Amino acid sequence: MKVVITGIAGRLGRLLARRLHRDGRFEVIGIDRRPFHGRPKDIEHVQVDLRNKKARDVFRAGDVSALVHMGVMHNPRQSEVEHHAWNIGGTTRMLEYCQRYAVPKVIVLSSANVYGPRPDNPQFLTEDAPLLGSQDFPEIRDLIEVDHLASNFLWKAREAETVILRPVHILGGVANAPSNYLRLPVVPTLLGFDPMVQIIHELDVVEAIACGLKPGARGIFNVTGPGELPLSAILDELGRRVLRFPHPVAKPLLGTLWRFGATSFPVPELDFIRFVCMVDGERARAELGFRPRFTLKETIQAVNRV
Amino acid sequence: MGLGVWLKDRVGALVESQLGPDFHKRTQALAIRQNEYGYDPFGFTKASLKYAAVLGSFLYRNYFRCETHGLANVPAGRVLLVANHSGQLPFDAMVIGAAMFLEGEPPRVVRSMVEKFIPTLPFVSYLLTRTGQITGTPENCRRLLEDGEAILVFPEGVRGISKPFTQRYQLQDFGLGFMRLALENRTPIVPIAVIGAEEQAPAVNVKPLARLIGAPALPISPIPPFLPILPLPVKYRLYFGEPLSFDGDPDDDDDVIVDKVRVVKNSIQSMIHVGLKERKHVFW
Repeated sequence: MKVVITGIAGRLGRLLARRLHRDGRFEVIGIDRRPFHGRPKDIEHVQVDLRNKKARDVFRAGDVSALVHMGVMHNPRQSEVEHHAWNIGGTTRMLEYCQRYAVPKVIVLSSANVYGPRPDNPQFLTEDAPLLGSQDFPEIRDLIEVDHLASNFLWKAREAETVILRPVHILGGVANAPSNYLRLPVVPTLLGFDPMVQIIHELDVVEAIACGLKPGARGIFNVTGPGELPLSAILDELGRRVLRFPHPVAKPLLGTLWRFGATSFPVPELDFIRFVCMVDGERARAELGFRPRFTLKETIQAVNRV
Repeated sequence: MGLGVWLKDRVGALVESQLGPDFHKRTQALAIRQNEYGYDPFGFTKASLKYAAVLGSFLYRNYFRCETHGLANVPAGRVLLVANHSGQLPFDAMVIGAAMFLEGEPPRVVRSMVEKFIPTLPFVSYLLTRTGQITGTPENCRRLLEDGEAILVFPEGVRGISKPFTQRYQLQDFGLGFMRLALENRTPIVPIAVIGAEEQAPAVNVKPLARLIGAPALPISPIPPFLPILPLPVKYRLYFGEPLSFDGDPDDDDDVIVDKVRVVKNSIQSMIHVGLKERKHVFW
């Protein structure tokens, strides 16, 4: 079974490549413009931009049996135009090739953040909830658009099994906002706010993708980990020193730090430590048969993995 | 940070000293789903219950000297508690919660549906979450009913709590959402009449001013400090009615649902009449 992984050189991409490689049933090909460090010999890596015509050649032979699309850029320092060109351009190309060369399985890694942290959120959002994540965070509009593109493909290309995965905060060696935040030596929080959050181990996300590869699996799935905890309990578990700021102070402060390039967290990220953005993972449990293997404690401690 | 920890320890010690042996027995008896860190999916934790219990039991036993009737009418398992809402600040919710926890056999934690702006308030947001309160969305209510919880609903909402003194004991319009939820999975409804709360904070509602600051209501009290922060020490009387069950399609037209809601409203209204007739004085 030939599986194409975009964004294979990223942390999650490498973990997935290794997982599928070890499984033995999969032949893995990666597409990523970054070099793939520590690549096992029999994994092929095409080091090009997704929009390059060499990326098309990977699909041309018509023997690709699945695409796992996780080559989505989210670098808050990059301009929105760049983001749009890369994420929307890349995703459109990939979906186009899948349709043209009849790829029977398409998995797109989105995120539960597309729903957005909001004060009036129900405690657990289901897959049919509106994607309001960019309402107060316009810079991530393209990430929501990627999810929309994939959803459209799910309904339009009936012959392909499209799976959209929306995992909660991924913790581990990944360099994403939640893991970076929890790795800070002194962690700033908002005074008087302590929302419930959901976390998932990076290897559990890889497992969820593997579940999505099973024939028959199709649809949009929230992917949840071992449970939910208040942010403060996670920081206690890690033994972090906490610095609390009132929200009216934190907002301009973070804005100033951001302008001077002193932080990697843009201001709208504050809402993630202020309001709930939690999802109901029941559908993935029932239809994909996905069960997280790591406990809450193991998942929290995973931020120390490197 | 040092000050915060010190304060928390002091308050914790004070709270412990106020709780009787009965409290721990009652907490033990609560049936709650919780993970290995002691939290339920909504952020409720038994560890925080003691703070609510101290405050609740003070209000229930000492301040409002509450008299509770018909608590045995509350069935086991999922139930919607529907009550009249009044008094500018939701002490009625705290007293109903205290009654269910302190006098219920077995004790139960009431989950009440709070307004959607509450999560934007620092401290209040997580203190309410830790003590079992939930943001008032239909999804949350549905989920907790499926888990067999007791949910407290005030269908009058802000209309009820912020009504002026002149309209005391006149029920405002009821929302219909609770009835649709009850019909969805045949949840029994226990009507509750709260007597006393309606006199706890005489106020007039200054609507134009409220609109100006974007608040749902702005009650002004004739007693200093002119905002009804401290309730008068009225005597509370709670009447729990017989559970009502309804059949029908939850997606029916509004006018069908309105008829069913009227049954609940009338039942509360008639308990209010009886309660008012029975009481001799507002304060004792």
